[in-house]
Amino acid sequence: MRVPRNTRYDAVVIGAGLIGLATAWSAERRGLSVLVVERADGPGAGASGVAAGMLAPVTEADFGEEAGVALGLAGRERWPAFAARLEELTGRPTGFRESGALVVAADRDDVEELRRLHELQVSLGLDSEWLTPSACRRLEPWLSPRIAGGMLAAGEAQADPRATTFALAEAVGEVSYGFDVETIENDGRRVTGVRGPAGAIECERVVVAAGAWSGTLGKVPVRPVKGQILELHGRGGEPLDRIVRSPRCYLVGRGDGRVVLGGTMEERGYDTTVTAGGVHRLLEHAWEVMPETDELELRRAVAGLRPGTPDNRPIVGAGDLAGLFWATGHWRNGVLLAPLTGDAVADLLVDGRLPAELAGLGADRFDRAGVGA
Amino acid sequence: MTSVRINGRPHRLPDGATVAQAVRESGVEPGGRGVAVALDGEVVPRGEWDRTQVAEGQELEVLHAVQGGDGSAFTIAGRELRSRLVLGTGGFRNLEVMTAAARASGAEIATVAMRRVDPSAPGSILDALAAAGCEVLPNTAGCFTAREAVTTARLAREALGTDWVKLEVIGDDRTLLPDPAELLEAAETLVGEGFTVLPYTNDDPILARRLEDAGCAAVMPLGSPIGSGMGINNPYNLRLIVEQARVPVILDAGVGTASDAALAMEAGCDAVLLASAISRAADPVAMASAMRKAVEAGFEARAAGRIPRRHYARPSSPEEGVAELTQ
Repeated sequence: MRVPRNTRYDAVVIGAGLIGLATAWSAERRGLSVLVVERADGPGAGASGVAAGMLAPVTEADFGEEAGVALGLAGRERWPAFAARLEELTGRPTGFRESGALVVAADRDDVEELRRLHELQVSLGLDSEWLTPSACRRLEPWLSPRIAGGMLAAGEAQADPRATTFALAEAVGEVSYGFDVETIENDGRRVTGVRGPAGAIECERVVVAAGAWSGTLGKVPVRPVKGQILELHGRGGEPLDRIVRSPRCYLVGRGDGRVVLGGTMEERGYDTTVTAGGVHRLLEHAWEVMPETDELELRRAVAGLRPGTPDNRPIVGAGDLAGLFWATGHWRNGVLLAPLTGDAVADLLVDGRLPAELAGLGADRFDRAGVGA
Repeated sequence: MTSVRINGRPHRLPDGATVAQAVRESGVEPGGRGVAVALDGEVVPRGEWDRTQVAEGQELEVLHAVQGGDGSAFTIAGRELRSRLVLGTGGFRNLEVMTAAARASGAEIATVAMRRVDPSAPGSILDALAAAGCEVLPNTAGCFTAREAVTTARLAREALGTDWVKLEVIGDDRTLLPDPAELLEAAETLVGEGFTVLPYTNDDPILARRLEDAGCAAVMPLGSPIGSGMGINNPYNLRLIVEQARVPVILDAGVGTASDAALAMEAGCDAVLLASAISRAADPVAMASAMRKAVEAGFEARAAGRIPRRHYARPSSPEEGVAELTQ
């Protein structure tokens, strides 16, 4: 464990994933002294280290989740400046690339399903274009000849979450690894600090950005949702330029031969076992739309835990103690929303207000609805 | 013609009419389950209905057991259920929508795939169902052999403390149709271990009977493949299953929209189980409400007794001797 330099900070951020680090980076730029505490011995130990890094608010859009789409678009808008600034400051890559995404149908049933989503996207004013099978294959020649159509969301982008996490960890002032917060200390009204086995830190503000583990630190309905993901590698490069998705999987090329194939969605508590069935199905689903995946090297199979909430939207806002703030529950969109959430929570720490895009995302919305924790 | 009273109302039957004809005249299908008849206060066994003639001036009481008591409740393995809609929980976009849809559907029971969830996980689907007031019926979705299904059912009993299990043994990845041989074997084993077994079965009357004979507490024939939304592909088979069954029949799988659910109830099913039709609808909560009404409407229509189908029109008002007002 790296012992913190001081015993007192303006703010402590719990969790050195993308959300926590982006928040700390932004808060420091607003003049606060910040300590990030992280249970693991390095950054991005949770979902951030496993995520594929799709910045895909259009192809993630689904019925009944229109509010999430607006939020995702706002997040997408922040990325170019965020990536440029971070890369310039640290000299490290973020993998940000405006690649676009192509969602393909493996058969007629998929066409029906994707058509319905495409119409929803168009009705929401999103940039989505329906393509014939041959038009899809002109864009991505490695696609299976059997695909039955697809839709192109040209505005989607991608980033490398691990690389971005490392860049952020370098950009922020201080991260204390191996610091496992046991309690958020308070005087009954206000936050006074955090305590772990290694000691206590005094502070007036605490941001919980502990991803799937946030629910262990307070009363928020965040649950772990397991995702298995494979890292493949093509010696001669990647058989795709864009993000390629089907209703059952997604493939993201990193630009250096690596291809990330994901992802399962499993309600399994904190289990992160990689299963034969999970790997089998991912490979089968990828092969179905891109047979060339058979020829790639299988380098890594991992499982991570997404922080899920009852309505799939993040929890960003003040907690029930003065000085306690939540920045968690980003579900499948933590990479997409990290720059937006980071800036917003920094605003909240300094000015006490959230920007309009993140209004109404407090934990109190679940108490009203009577669901959740 | 012979004048009799059925359930207190005067009826005219052809001379020599039997009890079975009188039952039909009362608007109840004599082949249906839960029907009892008393002639002048004496119960007539079902086997005698075709042989017993009704004489002039006799009083018939035709009782439809499912209409008794609450009027709409039915019973599985001694447990009374008021809602005839059982909710499947797959395919919901988020837990909040699932909770709201469960409430809107009025379902008392929701089924959960034990291979897909960890029952001890915090804030999981089980907590959300509890918030919606639904009891959890574990199912063995994802099992391809009797052995897997039996093991999964045992784990579910351990984890949830319930003997009830919705038994699924799938025979094929693409159609997700049940594997009849494995299903029957798993059902026999689980009944032997004291489980209350509700098997998801093909729409095969013989298999349904074998499952019932094996001691299953209900049979759950499919309308069409899981998630296909094709409705009831073989209504004839479904009627045969309903006709012969002495345990509740729950249509499971294939419902695409509200009329499918109503049709199942009109065909005499005791309940309908559906998941995708609600969970993947553009507005799941509104669809849950529609399904609730459809199930109730189908049930009431069945009990109310539909008119016979005819080749040609029959005016709804009499043609002769009518008052001018109704012309």
